[in-house]
Amino acid sequence: MALLKRKFDAVIVGGGGSGLRAALQLSEAGLKCAVLSKVFPTRSHTVAAQGGIGASLGNMGEDNWLWHMYDTVKGSDYLGDQDAIEFMCRMAPQVVYELEHFGMPFDRNEDGTIYQRPFGGHSQNFGERPVQRSCCAADRTGHAMLHTLYQCNIRAQTQFFVEWMALDLILDQEGHVLGVTALEMETGDVIILQARATLFATGGAGRVYAASTNAFINTGDGLGMAARAGIPLEDMEFWQFHPTGVAGAGVLITEGVRGEGGYLLNKNGERFMERYAPTMKDLASRDVVARAVATEIKEGRGAGKDGDYILLKLDHLGPEVIEKRLPGIREIAKKFANVDPVTDPIPVVPTCHYQMGGIPTNYHGQVVVPKGENPETPVAGFYAAGECACCSIHGANRLGTNSLTDLLVFGKAAGDHMVQFLKENTNHKDLPKNAGEHTLARLARLENQKNGENVYTVATDMRKTMQAHCGVFRFPELLVDGVKKIREIAGRAKHTEIKDKSKVFNTARIEALELDNLIEVAVATLVSAEARKESRGAHDRADYHKRDDANWMKHTLYYNAVNRISYKPVHLKPLSVETFEPKARVY
Amino acid sequence: MRFSIYRYDPDKDAKPYMQDYDIQLEPTDCMLLDALVCIKAQDDSLSLRRSCREGVCGSDAMNINGKNGLACITKLADLKEPVVLRPLPGLPVIRDLIVDMTQFFKQYHSVRPYLINNEPAPEKERPQSPGEREALNGLYECILCACCSTSCPSFWWNPDKFVGPAGLLQAYRFIADSRDHATSERLDDLEDPYRLFRCHTIMNCVDACPKGLNPTRAIVKIKELMVKRTV
Repeated sequence: MALLKRKFDAVIVGGGGSGLRAALQLSEAGLKCAVLSKVFPTRSHTVAAQGGIGASLGNMGEDNWLWHMYDTVKGSDYLGDQDAIEFMCRMAPQVVYELEHFGMPFDRNEDGTIYQRPFGGHSQNFGERPVQRSCCAADRTGHAMLHTLYQCNIRAQTQFFVEWMALDLILDQEGHVLGVTALEMETGDVIILQARATLFATGGAGRVYAASTNAFINTGDGLGMAARAGIPLEDMEFWQFHPTGVAGAGVLITEGVRGEGGYLLNKNGERFMERYAPTMKDLASRDVVARAVATEIKEGRGAGKDGDYILLKLDHLGPEVIEKRLPGIREIAKKFANVDPVTDPIPVVPTCHYQMGGIPTNYHGQVVVPKGENPETPVAGFYAAGECACCSIHGANRLGTNSLTDLLVFGKAAGDHMVQFLKENTNHKDLPKNAGEHTLARLARLENQKNGENVYTVATDMRKTMQAHCGVFRFPELLVDGVKKIREIAGRAKHTEIKDKSKVFNTARIEALELDNLIEVAVATLVSAEARKESRGAHDRADYHKRDDANWMKHTLYYNAVNRISYKPVHLKPLSVETFEPKARVY
Repeated sequence: MRFSIYRYDPDKDAKPYMQDYDIQLEPTDCMLLDALVCIKAQDDSLSLRRSCREGVCGSDAMNINGKNGLACITKLADLKEPVVLRPLPGLPVIRDLIVDMTQFFKQYHSVRPYLINNEPAPEKERPQSPGEREALNGLYECILCACCSTSCPSFWWNPDKFVGPAGLLQAYRFIADSRDHATSERLDDLEDPYRLFRCHTIMNCVDACPKGLNPTRAIVKIKELMVKRTV
């Protein structure tokens, strides 16, 4: 069966922050660009970002991009690529000013400049003291940013395919990317979207864990599609656990609470972060704070009748500050934790939040893979940006606020590079004869499956396995066992069955297809984590306590399709400044 | 807990019907969306939209025991049984709890919901005082869930002509922005017997908004500005 085709200059998969920022570059350059999104764009997960955008505007005191760069390199535990990090930190102020010009409702200072708050791991003068670098709109920065970017795209008349799910990447024999197959949810129709350049801006896969701050839609669709197409996934062992998810519910409580002066307490009322990070205290890097919280709970100093959470105190900020700077947090705490933070602390636990790894790219947003001698050969016509990409800005641990900076800087950079690429490549290449066959085979398998397993059951087992075997602390036996278990579950995922066979808005089918993507991510994570015999950033092994720069300062590349791991060097050389040499990480 | 849910699949149903579900909930199931996820695990044919599960994305708006709201921030403990769930009223149903929101978004897009300022942008930010910024509070937080517009009788009657509370709230969000220079064009665009003036201050929108926003107040402010410029 031949699939219907539609042709565009560019296709962007994903309508969150990076997809919309890239789309703006393409639409304003007069190119015909289609943006596909599983949800109406303003429902993308960027909407849930709270605390702010990191940029050294220096509105609240001295700051500069080099300090931001140092903090990011140190935060990454020296696994971040220093050329990409320099690029991001230098560009950050410009993309924030642009966003302001687009209409973003940033909070303001008396002098009319953008208000900035302190955030974890961000410092003045190479770690001396906390700095106010996070540009915010109360604690709804992501919401304000996503809506602003969507609004600009209305003005730019970008063409949206709302509630379409991309299913598979289309490559030709030379390995050039020529578009995607996609499913229109409302009708169940599958078509080919042919493009001269394709950008994945599909977000993270935080839903591989049982306890996650992530939205239901964060199922790693871009990663699954890339992995199935034979493209390796980079650094998938590095997952950020946010120190403050609401206990039980998993909903995020921004680090901005601590930025505004809130702090963590154990059951004895001790401000324990002073022990773990004497200088930065509660504003140390996220991996450090998450481990401290988990350690307090593990060693019996957790609060509550089961001693299984820590308390986040902010009542001392006073109702005015809470109402002005953290109104969304108050709403969340009341709804999901049944406490009013104006009077009572919020019960919190470390919760899966962000995927540092992803589809390997350079700082232009081009997807890069090893080919011959070159570990980073661009895949023609293929780009990735935002959480689904591994640039690698965040290395082994992301700093708070750098995710939104990442979306803006690399969304724009990818858009710009695509505009250039499209100028130089004016003709659509022919689609391979079998384009779309793989997608149709997957759909037919699901349609005809008999005696298969319920999608929900398999997905739940996957999440439980990830949670138990690959959490904040990692143990060798659990990792080895986890790899075995997740492979078993991956086998079961090939035989899921749905009862609902309707063509119209079949969300059972969508969830089954999402599981295909999640499982690729879960396997890549466990295999990569088991293989990395050191502790670095968010990857903390009980049997290898220390960072091992001699053997492990390298990026993991895992090829799902053939179950092979390889490694590639970290870019230690920045674009214009001296390398930040690795040293012990103290906050 | 007992639920009665509107079901309709145009692929196989001649007409919509209500289906009852009795489910055993865990103590960790606190919100209505938790219950719907449980139901869907047993009956995968139940269709609904959902994403953030914390009340910021606006996906899971539905009619809950007669009132519009978001399933993810509606506590089960506050609901009377059987919990009656229907799609948002006034919009065409695609399937089950999923409505066609085309008309709603068309109205939102029609107010030109983006900053208009044709002066060359400065090198840094456009200055705005804290007071000017505060004027946007209660406006920019809208999540486009459509709870308000689909609870508004004026929108039910004229969804193609009346902008509706959500769209008008956003129209005012840009009128109120000190950086926007198109107030007079925006007012011209709304000065129409239908686009703005179909609002009869019934105020269902205020009651329905899950974010506690007040579209009626924004509409009144737009009307005041129109009066002001004629005198």
